[in-house]
Amino acid sequence: MEPILEIKQLKKYFVTSRGTVRAVDVISFDLLPGETLGLVGESGSGKSTTAYTVIGIYAPTSGKILFRGRDISVPVAKRPKSLKRAIQIVFQDPGTSLNPRRTIGQILELPLKVHRIGTREERRRRVAELLRMVELPEDYIYKAPHMLGGGERQMVAIARALATEPELVILDEPTSALDVSIQAKIINMLIQFQKEMNLAYLFITHDLSLMRNVAHRVAIMYLGKICELAPAVEFFERPYHPYTKMLLSSIPVVSEEEEKVKPEKIVSKGEIPSPVNPPPGCRFHTRCMERNGICSEAVPEVVEVGEGHLVWCHLYGKKEER
Amino acid sequence: MGDVLLDIRDLYVEFKVYEGKLKVLNGVFLSVREGQRVGLVGEAGCGKTTTMKCVLRILPSPPGRITEGEILFRGEDILQMPPRKVQLIRGRRISMIFQDPTAALNPVFTIGDQLMTVIRYGSRNSLPKKEIRQRAIKALQEVQLPDPERILASYPIQLSGGMRQRVCIAMALSTEPELLIADEPTTNLDVTIQDQVLRLLNALVERRNTSVIFITHSLGVVREMADWVYVMYAGNIIEGGPKEELFREPLHPYTRGLMRAVPKLTGGGIAEGVPGRIPDYLDPPSGCRFHPRCEHAMPRCSQEKPPFLPVTGEHRVACFLYQG
Amino acid sequence: MFKSPQWQRRKEGFRRGWYKFSRNPVSVVGLFFVLLVSFLAAFAPYVAPYPEHAGRFVNFREASQPPSLRHLCGTDVFGRDILSRIFFGFRYSLMMGVVVLSLVVPPGVILGLIAGYYRGTWIETLIMRVTDIFLAVPPLILALAVCSVLTPSVFNAMMAISLMWWPWYTRLVYGLASSLKHEFFVQAAEVTGASKFHILFREILPNCVSSIFTKMSLDMGWVILIGSALSFVGLGAQPPTPDLGTMVADGAKYLPDQWWIAVFPALAIMITVLGFNLLGDGFRDLFALEEI
Repeated sequence: MEPILEIKQLKKYFVTSRGTVRAVDVISFDLLPGETLGLVGESGSGKSTTAYTVIGIYAPTSGKILFRGRDISVPVAKRPKSLKRAIQIVFQDPGTSLNPRRTIGQILELPLKVHRIGTREERRRRVAELLRMVELPEDYIYKAPHMLGGGERQMVAIARALATEPELVILDEPTSALDVSIQAKIINMLIQFQKEMNLAYLFITHDLSLMRNVAHRVAIMYLGKICELAPAVEFFERPYHPYTKMLLSSIPVVSEEEEKVKPEKIVSKGEIPSPVNPPPGCRFHTRCMERNGICSEAVPEVVEVGEGHLVWCHLYGKKEER
Repeated sequence: MGDVLLDIRDLYVEFKVYEGKLKVLNGVFLSVREGQRVGLVGEAGCGKTTTMKCVLRILPSPPGRITEGEILFRGEDILQMPPRKVQLIRGRRISMIFQDPTAALNPVFTIGDQLMTVIRYGSRNSLPKKEIRQRAIKALQEVQLPDPERILASYPIQLSGGMRQRVCIAMALSTEPELLIADEPTTNLDVTIQDQVLRLLNALVERRNTSVIFITHSLGVVREMADWVYVMYAGNIIEGGPKEELFREPLHPYTRGLMRAVPKLTGGGIAEGVPGRIPDYLDPPSGCRFHPRCEHAMPRCSQEKPPFLPVTGEHRVACFLYQG
Repeated sequence: MFKSPQWQRRKEGFRRGWYKFSRNPVSVVGLFFVLLVSFLAAFAPYVAPYPEHAGRFVNFREASQPPSLRHLCGTDVFGRDILSRIFFGFRYSLMMGVVVLSLVVPPGVILGLIAGYYRGTWIETLIMRVTDIFLAVPPLILALAVCSVLTPSVFNAMMAISLMWWPWYTRLVYGLASSLKHEFFVQAAEVTGASKFHILFREILPNCVSSIFTKMSLDMGWVILIGSALSFVGLGAQPPTPDLGTMVADGAKYLPDQWWIAVFPALAIMITVLGFNLLGDGFRDLFALEEI
């Protein structure tokens, strides 16, 4: 299958007064139609920067973003309108992603108006249909966002993203500000929409447990680089990268069965370094329990340890050479 | 386990707004023993933080008002105490850690200024300056912050989120409180840092035998942090008991739903544990506030409020399913 | 299309607004003063005890009378009823404020929106540096200069004040817009492909309204004060126009013996300015959003 999105050697630096922030430092991955790729990382990992560069809020410093084979490595203002229709985003905090001074109806109608979809009457019907789709009552069109609960607001944000019938939706931590019972509803809704509309999701999150249940493939980012990328089940059953293991072992879980999945004897230590001045070599070596001499000198190359299972770590692959 | 340290009994709180009165707390029962680590779990808006504000007597009033109930701290009702006495308890015998360490620290003073102020006012007798500084350094060492001298001289903005929260923990524990209230202290931290902070907090309170109320929305975090768990829903404590028992066999339909909805590392999809949303506090459901969302609702549930009674041993639940 | 049509909804919104507003007694006092002054100004010919005293009227037999039941605030040296002249004076003060603000707010706000949105580009630099130049000149001084070079008149005074006043709105809106443009709801509109017009006026502007109204209310007070100050030094309204500033100036000559000639118009200025200043806070409360 042809990938819908290809990221090639993407780099995004921000020049600030305190130095250059290497938010995303050469990453590559692709995304298939109808697939969910979980992009997981902690603060400073560059996962959100990656998302915003794909959607065009930032222009890449270098590298390419291909959508259906077409180069879209430019900011959103320079992209053709049809692209804006095909790629949509759901932001993390529904409290700030909906304009507090506009009604739900106005918010949902905007993408339709911008893309000149339908007549006034048709748009009105479509807005009602969108609300029905996310299981919200139709009379919400007159309500302001602050009159809705957090979960309902996020459903409005999802409805807005789906209004133009996109092919790729970027989900930027869509449930991290919400309670688990609402998260469950929203996630299941997203999975259902994906099946119905063959949507591709780039799912940005810090929650690995969530990805176990949602993503087809998972990529872990640390300080602007991808450490490990693998199909979801494989990823959780056989994690390779020491950082992945540290992350997994740090997750608070609710049952004994889950404790068994967590790698043993790995204890989280150290602080996350600043992306302004990342450690040389492997960026994780300052916190790694299995580091050796080469880790602080050379940037690790990618190693394929299983089918579609990529690891960027000196521990694997070239052992025989050493 | 020691004596009862804090006992909240049948606490009711209302907030006055334009539309009427929000009946936010609806008879909260919660008790903490000496040396016990109590977890209080519940979703946003269930009244966790409001309950703790009542304990510290910092409930904004108006619009808030405690209409009924008592909060006994070592047998004395905090709600009836004169303000001066409350002031002595707050900060010395009960301390608090907040969700956002950035907001809890004043950005224009150094960590040293703030920490030493807390130590000075928290100590029962006045100490020489050198002694205060010694104690501050010791407090920072205890929370495993490297190079305490340098941290004393730095401003909050120069530290990372995890380090700031460690400073807040050092401050909260520096006065040797009997009770520590931690309100979502790790929610804003990264997972690997959260893990470190939780382990640290656990070790510190264990060593000092400090009682803790740990407020969180995360069942996973509460499992790491508490030995006794209370579950709160819409202004009521609906279930409480020893951690192992509660996680092995949750009883209340809401707790069970919540457990189902948590994404598991073992996979298997996410069950929609609890349909619907939290009720409107202006006009909350009669009887059990959970009954409109409950799959086991009986006619009785909408008529009377289920009492909070033990089912097995000390595992208590407010649900008629278990009260024949 | 999706604006609520029902009267019921409006009424509910109004009630809720009044509830929020009235929680602060200070802003209610402000609103009361503003309404009182506006009412007296609007119906001056009907409520003033001696409407004919507003213009060229002389009655030396009743000159410089202290306050009495016949003349509640006394009379001036020409025998004119001071209370009546205050009522008419409100008209000039309010008109001054309204005219200056309606000249100043639209361009100031639009320039601020543009500069804020294009922060970091040459457009911002151009607008904001021009703004700085105008901000460097105090409005009162420029108004004094203009009115002393040209003929002293209310019109010239208003023009001079307006010329110097718009940058304050540009500054205010610039600050708001440059932070609002990073809000996710603006990003969302942008990602969808909404026009710049839509983003500036439908997404960003509505979120600035509360601050703009608050500032306008405070500025009403300021403009009235400056207008009065100009009249006081004789460069604004010219006699026999019943302007509050002119009245204070005239009365000042007869202090302290005939204190009422200056004190009552001064009090009138104070009530007007105070009213608008207190009202400003109320606007902030009124526009505050309540989370559920």
